[in-house]
Amino acid sequence: MSTALAESAAGGLNPLRQTRPRYGEKVIRVILFAAAAVSILTTFGIVISVLIPSLEFFAEIPITEFLFTTTWTPLFANPQYGVLPLIMGTLVITLIAVLIAIPLGLGSAIYLSEYAKPRARKVLKPTLEVLAGIPTVVFGFFALDFITEFVLKPIFPGIQVFNALSAGIVMGIMIIPTIASLSEDAMAAVPGGLRDGAYALGATKRQTALRVVVPAALSGIVAAFVLGISRAIGETMIVTVAAGLQPNMTLNPLEGMQTMTSYIAAAGAGDVATGSIEYKSIFAVGLLLFIITFFMNMISIRLVRKYRQAYQ
Amino acid sequence: MTATLDIAPDSAPVDLQGRGQPLVDKTFRWILFLCLAVGIVFLAVLLAYVTIKGWPRLTPTLWENMPSLRRPEQAGAQSAITGTLWVIAFTALFALPIGFLGAVYMEEYANPTSRFTRFVEINIQNLAAVPSIVYGILGLAIFARALALGQTVITAGLTLALLVLPVIIVSTREALRAVPQNIRHGSLALGATLWQTTWRQTMPAAVPGMATGTILALSRAIGEAAPLLLLGAVTFISFNPTGPFSAYTTLPIQIFNWTKESREEFQILASATIVLLLVILLAMNAVAILIRNRTQKRW
Repeated sequence: MSTALAESAAGGLNPLRQTRPRYGEKVIRVILFAAAAVSILTTFGIVISVLIPSLEFFAEIPITEFLFTTTWTPLFANPQYGVLPLIMGTLVITLIAVLIAIPLGLGSAIYLSEYAKPRARKVLKPTLEVLAGIPTVVFGFFALDFITEFVLKPIFPGIQVFNALSAGIVMGIMIIPTIASLSEDAMAAVPGGLRDGAYALGATKRQTALRVVVPAALSGIVAAFVLGISRAIGETMIVTVAAGLQPNMTLNPLEGMQTMTSYIAAAGAGDVATGSIEYKSIFAVGLLLFIITFFMNMISIRLVRKYRQAYQ
Repeated sequence: MTATLDIAPDSAPVDLQGRGQPLVDKTFRWILFLCLAVGIVFLAVLLAYVTIKGWPRLTPTLWENMPSLRRPEQAGAQSAITGTLWVIAFTALFALPIGFLGAVYMEEYANPTSRFTRFVEINIQNLAAVPSIVYGILGLAIFARALALGQTVITAGLTLALLVLPVIIVSTREALRAVPQNIRHGSLALGATLWQTTWRQTMPAAVPGMATGTILALSRAIGEAAPLLLLGAVTFISFNPTGPFSAYTTLPIQIFNWTKESREEFQILASATIVLLLVILLAMNAVAILIRNRTQKRW
């Protein structure tokens, strides 16, 4: 429809000739266009602001040293910039989060979409979504002050105060609503006829849910997983508060670790001199983070389009 | 559909009411329910924990006194409350007009099949998922340093405005899309221009949906801390902001600063401030739900 409106507004094939030119309408159109273009300028701004200092950074530190060495000590007298420990920290915490969020998020989505009665759903779904509205610094505080102290310490007496496990667990709970609500959307888009067909063949509700609805909604569900992982990688406050600020090349989740995001937060929060190599390192890590999440977001957007096209 | 269904030939006939379900099916249902319950129980424990822990400090001193690192037993969060109000006011000032007008362009003016429109759509979807700390980098490089706005209220407002812009655009577009075509066609048939139709018919009809989306976007901005870490909010601030170019702190940042202190008094103070922040956010969400329920219009 907006095509038709747009054409008639532009005065294309308009049978009723305009009696007087309406410059106001054209001005308004330009203003509206400019507002929509701000979003493109934002992306452009992000790319420019991470790219230029990063290029200066890589002029001093070879990109191979940045990507493939394992010591990250920007504050030492002889600073070394091997980003692998930060990537390791990010991966370990994201993996813990994903191991929690994928089963719980998908289970919640199947329950809400296939099992819950409409009245129960009306209460349960918004309650779960309140989780998504809790500020992440609150989750960080809870991970450090409650999960580590009262849940993990009794189980693992040797656990460090700042550790990857508490941050990963809480981050996993945080992304449940993201995964649950997008997966549920995808399952709701599966035509009822497919379910009826399965029931007619004698399938139980579980068989229908697991072998018909979930496979039919798979691209949407995978999109939800990818978006959830992307959010876990980019999450800052939980890891900054609960996982510590020590770069640590380890797989042991009971130790403290620094992630890409918590390095950016810690280094950016200090008073770094503009133009110093340490200042530029914030942008180099930011560029890496932006590239990783950008690719994951694109995969997710593609997959969502795919299931929308299949069923609409 | 190539789903194979393993129904044992000797299994009892399935009761259509679901009472004769095999045990596996009942167990499966319970496991799914437990998945959902984990998230909800976690939420309940979190709310109970911060309320109980922060209870002794949930007194007027919390909003009457300024933060202090020396005397936690008397410290408050007044500068963080006023700082949050200042920053959010500027976020709204920048984000709302741009978000509303951008959404109107995308929904009412743009040709939905054109490449440019699709590019803008994908771009907005991606921006909605860019980590918030990356917006902090943008704010640091462009607003704080390149435009020399420094670490001030206005830098924070501009940065958070860009952060919530995708949320506002998406929710406004949904609100506009829910207005039936008849309204637009009727207006155009009476000789109104496209803008007259949009401004006098479509947008007023979409106001409740736009308001709901706006409240949700601003409540996200209120809880956001990561980008502000890069924009100078961490500095110890014990005064209220005096204008757009004043230094500031906000509630999430104040909470963050207190969690870093090892003394238990500060953790209690952090809990009390968390309760305050959550009450503000819950109140905003309640208003959004109220608007949605009150004004739900059947066309």
